[in-house]
Amino acid sequence: MGRRLAKSQLLEFYRQMHLIREFERECERQYTRGNIKGFLHVYSGEEAIAVGAISTLQPQDYVVTHYRDHGHALARGVNSKAIMAELFGKATGCSKGKGGSMHLFDAEKNFMGGYAIVGGQLPVAAGLALASKYRGEDRIALCFMGDGALNEGEFHEAMNLAAIWKLPVIYFCENNLYGMGASAANNLVMYQEIYKMAAAYGIEGIQVDGNDVLAVRELMEQVTHRVRHGQGPLFVEARTYRLRGHSIADPANYRPTEEVAYWQARDPIPRFREWLLAEGLASQEEVDEIHAAVEREVVAAAEFAEKSPFPEPGDLYRWVYQEDGK
Amino acid sequence: MAVISYREAVARGLREALQEDPRVFLVGEDIGPYGGSFAVTKGFWEEFGEERIKDSPLSESAIVGAGVGAAMAGLRPMVELMTINFSLLAMDQIVNHAAKIRYMSGGQFSVPLMVRTVTGGGASVGATHSQSFEGWYAAVPGLYVVVPSTPRDALGLFRSCRDLGDPVLYVEHILLYGSRGEVPDTPYKIPIGQAEVKRLGRDVTIISYSRMVQVSLAAAELLASEGIQPEVVDLRTLRPLDMETVVQSVKKTHHAVVVEEAPKQGGFGAEVAAQIQHQAFEYLNAPVERVAGEEVPIPYSMPLERLAIPDADRVARAVRKMLAQ
Repeated sequence: MGRRLAKSQLLEFYRQMHLIREFERECERQYTRGNIKGFLHVYSGEEAIAVGAISTLQPQDYVVTHYRDHGHALARGVNSKAIMAELFGKATGCSKGKGGSMHLFDAEKNFMGGYAIVGGQLPVAAGLALASKYRGEDRIALCFMGDGALNEGEFHEAMNLAAIWKLPVIYFCENNLYGMGASAANNLVMYQEIYKMAAAYGIEGIQVDGNDVLAVRELMEQVTHRVRHGQGPLFVEARTYRLRGHSIADPANYRPTEEVAYWQARDPIPRFREWLLAEGLASQEEVDEIHAAVEREVVAAAEFAEKSPFPEPGDLYRWVYQEDGK
Repeated sequence: MAVISYREAVARGLREALQEDPRVFLVGEDIGPYGGSFAVTKGFWEEFGEERIKDSPLSESAIVGAGVGAAMAGLRPMVELMTINFSLLAMDQIVNHAAKIRYMSGGQFSVPLMVRTVTGGGASVGATHSQSFEGWYAAVPGLYVVVPSTPRDALGLFRSCRDLGDPVLYVEHILLYGSRGEVPDTPYKIPIGQAEVKRLGRDVTIISYSRMVQVSLAAAELLASEGIQPEVVDLRTLRPLDMETVVQSVKKTHHAVVVEEAPKQGGFGAEVAAQIQHQAFEYLNAPVERVAGEEVPIPYSMPLERLAIPDADRVARAVRKMLAQ
């Protein structure tokens, strides 16, 4: 698979994955310094999904996601400075400081938001896809959810609605095996083969290794093509693992050491890097260059966020409703 | 001026929207060939086709959420929730998403979504189908809450709702569908956030909305025969709330009675009463009186249901008692 793609694209995948990981590390640092407040859910460990899946979209397509949304935003090309500024609560943030970590938005990138009520984004994604279909547009919606969302009623409602209306939407479940601190295998669901649940709605469900960026990319090339050409909705389950806790406040002590070690050995970033090097698709110098460039970008993002102004007190009432002249 | 029913007024508003704006489409349970459970969309499916009159499964959250997404994409969806009781199943979409996306996105996205629904009791349909939740939604910044009491207001307000770039909860009353009234033939509009004096008076101001306006007007007739002249103010929208019209009237009459159908505790009338005492305290000759639903689930049995919901006699009694002080 990988050899079919241009070298530049493969290196770009690597750059994005590494950027997400380093960006999240910086977020954790800034959180401990008190520059980032509230909830912080980092995407570390799941980078291959956002990068592989979003790389198959067209610019006009919609991305809708959940509250663990930094990785999706970065993979969609939302400016890292604007994201970091948002986390700092600054006026220059991608949501003007009104959203925060869980509610990133970027209209220019058709990044339709992070949704922090679990499952709430699924009907919204159906509506975006419905709009495309209503207007006869070549425009699909990619909607991410965690495995926790499957137990929300909105999952059932949205899957059924998307199926009966044959909407151009991809429901993509990032199955990281835990709903907050509860292990899905032990506590939350009887049925572990999540992708098979889609069949109950008349939707084809497909499983993929979420820690293999090339596998995600390959599958999603087919999936986006089919959904774009009138297939109706498809459902993807990617098995993955968050290397950190549910949120920054969670040390994740509930996870067995062996389990963590198993998944650390399958960390998507070193895995892909080693493959690139072994296949001769990247030299160590090229990898080092990417690392250096990413470091510069993350440092610049943090500096930008730090130097940016907070919103003015007068901004409190802005955008509650439509303003005159907009 | 033609005389039409409240149902026809809403239907006319919807039909105009569909005719004039290709971005408008309707989604709802049984709004298609069935014609809507209150027959508002009767004939629409035949006239506009299944792409624009979309019958939906019983999935309140999904259809409102789909409306949110379609509105974000630039369409003008109008979602019908069969009754406001069922809106609780869609409350996440209405409150957490529709009402907040403009704000949380820093103004990048808007949700020009209309959610139409049906409020109120008095139809002998029991506790789960007879509630009046519009006051709850009026507590949510980012939403508009529109509560027409007459065919004229229903159409005029509907037309104005179409100009709004934000989510609207347009609340029809179950017992008003058959009520009739004059509606201008001109393409008039009624501004959002403007209460109306429905009856001029001098002795007391009765403030209400939706069907309770009709109840208040009936009470005013009873009182007029006793020489009491109530002024009746119809709020017409709960958010935004036009207190100016209310306060102006109270300053004239020096007495205020707030009437609503929902239970008194935490009811919307409490907000109105609080603002009256704050803005017109020195004009009041008596404490603001409230007439509201009883603190009970609405019972099925008709004689009991009648006791649970304010009627003209109860409103009139409250006024008499206040003026006798």
